[in-house]
Amino acid sequence: MGLDFSIIPDHLDVILLGCLWTIGITVAAAILSFFGGIIFAVMALYAPWFVRLPFRVVEWVFMGTPLLLQLFLIYFGLVQIGIDLPAFVAGVIGLGLHFAVYNSELIQTAILAVDKGQMEAARTVGLSRGQALRKVVIPQAVRAVIPPIGNNMIALLKDSALVSVIGVSELTLSAQRVIGSTYRPLEFYLLAAAFYYVINLCMEWVQRKIERHIALSR
Amino acid sequence: MTAKTDFVQIRHAQKSFGKLEVLKDISLTVERGQIVAIIGPSGSGKSTLLRAINDLDPLSGGEVWLDGVQVNKTLPHRQYEKHINEMRQQIGMVFQHFNLFPHMTALENVSMAPQMLKGLSDEAAAKLAEEQLDHVGMLEKVDAYPSQLSGGQKQRVAIARALAMSPKLMLFDEATSALDPELVDEVNAVMKKLAQEHMTMIIVTHEMDFAASVCDRVLFMDKGVVVEEGPPEVLFKNPTQQRTRDFLRKHLEGAK
Repeated sequence: MGLDFSIIPDHLDVILLGCLWTIGITVAAAILSFFGGIIFAVMALYAPWFVRLPFRVVEWVFMGTPLLLQLFLIYFGLVQIGIDLPAFVAGVIGLGLHFAVYNSELIQTAILAVDKGQMEAARTVGLSRGQALRKVVIPQAVRAVIPPIGNNMIALLKDSALVSVIGVSELTLSAQRVIGSTYRPLEFYLLAAAFYYVINLCMEWVQRKIERHIALSR
Repeated sequence: MTAKTDFVQIRHAQKSFGKLEVLKDISLTVERGQIVAIIGPSGSGKSTLLRAINDLDPLSGGEVWLDGVQVNKTLPHRQYEKHINEMRQQIGMVFQHFNLFPHMTALENVSMAPQMLKGLSDEAAAKLAEEQLDHVGMLEKVDAYPSQLSGGQKQRVAIARALAMSPKLMLFDEATSALDPELVDEVNAVMKKLAQEHMTMIIVTHEMDFAASVCDRVLFMDKGVVVEEGPPEVLFKNPTQQRTRDFLRKHLEGAK
């Protein structure tokens, strides 16, 4: 049997709902990974050793192991010690922390690259080190790494398909379910791919908007 | 202890980087409202001395006093941080490379510290910042980002930023050295204006003409010591030390 896209409209509602879940989990995880990345970066650079050391372990786990395994750990593993998270929440935490670690690496480098004179000028008007970091150094560091963070966020969107394995009815799992009843894998996987691409384009558009917005203030 | 003569005191300032001694037992007093220029060859320690006054470059030994309070007093870490932040609010500093905050407008550059540290409302801080920017002739650029300003304009905003905390003392670290020659005058004009308002200022500079026209006293530093000091008309016209004469002669030749 050849390609027949006429079957799509009957199942579009399921796929669109899947799209919404994908957008929801991506946006939530992106926000977590952005702010988590800033917090991780500050901890990695400035926290005392007894905070930094356990954090290094967390960082190693999230950078050095498969995201799929991390999702299993958070969703299935934590139940064993009494932490029973809804699949959506587990997915957001897994994706969010995973990419927070990557964002943190970017932000750390950017913080160290901010001109020393900025911290000096901030301290000279009487700001404490923490205030200077918060108001002067970190905003500049984050502006500098908006483009690579944007790339991470697009990777995050694509990796959000992995949360289908813990049962979040996002785009990939929705496509699979429709295929289960229609036996038309080519049409529905292509459709899902098209939707990922559209979401991707939207994210790039938002990123360009942000970059243009901060262009002057750099 | 009379407040007049003790306004700024540096007592036996000493600083070493490893074996290199960059400040050798320097003592210095600046009266309220006085304007002092520090000149000298690069590497003489003049910037280090200036940056020791607000503890950006802490001294290895010696004391700095401002208006009866020791700036670099020995305190446990946390208390010292609190103390030094309070002291720095009273000491404005202007840098060679401006160090404006590039992610903030001119207005935000000036209003940020008073708003955060003095608890001003948004409106009060903005009004204060506008006044300060007006003072340095930058009122029409309140909403400009530093990247949209010339070097001279940036430095004037930086001066306004320092003035916004109502400092008792202003430090200028080669404030015009990074500027194109045609932009130097607008910054010098602002500094002259401050001089007329009797702001106490310590100015590290390479500009002998400016030092001569504005300052009450000039210090010549070389190799970590104050070689000679005096009123500009004496130090520039009749220096008593050979090293001062050599430096001034070289500088004049360089200017030609």
